[in-house]
Amino acid sequence: MLKTRIIPCLDVADGRVVKGVNFVDLVDAGDPVESARAYDAAGADELCFLDIHATHENRGTMYDLATRTAEQCFMPLTIGGGVRTVEDVRNLLLAGADKVSFNSAAVADPDVVARAADKFGSQCIVCAIDAKTVSPGKWEIFTHGGRKSTGIDAVEFARTVTAKGAGEILLTSMDRDGTRAGFNIPLTRAIADAVDVPVIASGGVGNLDHLVEGVVEGHASAVLAASIFHFGDYTIREAKDHMARAGIPMRLT
Amino acid sequence: MLTVLVDYDSGNLHSAQKAFERMAREVGGGEVLVSSRPEDVARADRVVLPGDGAFPACRRQLDAFTGLYEAIEEAVQAKGRPFLGICVGMQMMASKGHEYETVDGFGWIPGDVVKIEPDDRSLKVPHMGWNDLVIERAHPVLEGIHTGDHAYFVHSYQFRVADTGHRLAHCLYGGDITAIVGRDNMVGTQFHPEKSQAAGLRLIANFLRWDP
Repeated sequence: MLKTRIIPCLDVADGRVVKGVNFVDLVDAGDPVESARAYDAAGADELCFLDIHATHENRGTMYDLATRTAEQCFMPLTIGGGVRTVEDVRNLLLAGADKVSFNSAAVADPDVVARAADKFGSQCIVCAIDAKTVSPGKWEIFTHGGRKSTGIDAVEFARTVTAKGAGEILLTSMDRDGTRAGFNIPLTRAIADAVDVPVIASGGVGNLDHLVEGVVEGHASAVLAASIFHFGDYTIREAKDHMARAGIPMRLT
Repeated sequence: MLTVLVDYDSGNLHSAQKAFERMAREVGGGEVLVSSRPEDVARADRVVLPGDGAFPACRRQLDAFTGLYEAIEEAVQAKGRPFLGICVGMQMMASKGHEYETVDGFGWIPGDVVKIEPDDRSLKVPHMGWNDLVIERAHPVLEGIHTGDHAYFVHSYQFRVADTGHRLAHCLYGGDITAIVGRDNMVGTQFHPEKSQAAGLRLIANFLRWDP
């Protein structure tokens, strides 16, 4: 049986983890590769790096990071942040990423998803969707860290990018991100039920029950979280045990 | 001892290369080379064929390298060198693939590559993530790998073997999905051993020691 995935996400700027990981005694908590190794050993199912200050000039640090991580972690690695072109995807895959995530570039031009999926296959193309509630049961895409409204309906957009070949949706609720109040369940379920590809729920996790809700009520195939793991509130193992006790199939070995 | 990972411009070989290099060091498995040159395949003691993306695209991409497929066939079929196909590299061992269009595979293991159609409509396609293996028959490449061990899958099509004697393992996803095939000096995994942590690395080590 396919297992529900837990994906720790590391925000990276200029090759360094923005918020240090302190759940184990790392020599350098700011080193993304060292954090990745620790999560690998802890039983994370995948890893995600988001380049939060992505600029053309600092692309090289992300390639180097992908390469060094892939040398040491034999698990799937997704990289996102500032990915704009098919060439960006190509460079990240060659550097060692297993999947690459589009965000605002796909909003500006959904066909970039099609071009990348045609070239490299849907299996490695993720589309990140940042959505905000505009009225009950209605969500819109926001860009620029949730500051800029686009007027685009989130559920429609999810259908569009999956039709164009996105193999997975990384859905972040901008209403919940950083609040620790739990996932936006109606949003998660609306998107997960609208598309055939797996949806990763993100934004708002504050405790382990939230992870269970994202899967059982939100119909997500995977859950992404950052601070509850980085700050040592819970281990990956505790999260998996908790979800397994709730009846969700988890990889416990 | 030379293991060649065939590079025909189909996706990321970096993690596969690192995984094979690491296990080659651990088991004394010799040199690992990523190459698209037929002459390197011709002198290889073992051949690994990865593959990401769509079956027809992979097949065409492979054929775009002059002499490369012929070199693989010579090494595997005529000389009996151990072969490992990964993901679409495994699927191409089949008779035919039916992804968007029908394209000939290598015809090494009879069967067809067809769309995954789970009997439970709530199951997503692609089949993406960790699934547990059900081992069907013993094989040297599966030594130390047991039913219940997890492997990382990402695919929308699957290999339906004509002769179940060629299937070494499956997993369950709204029906059974072929996970590992094997025949004579050839094995193939639908999952990615290079991304499957302990079980994947063990399979790679076993392959590097395999003497069929």
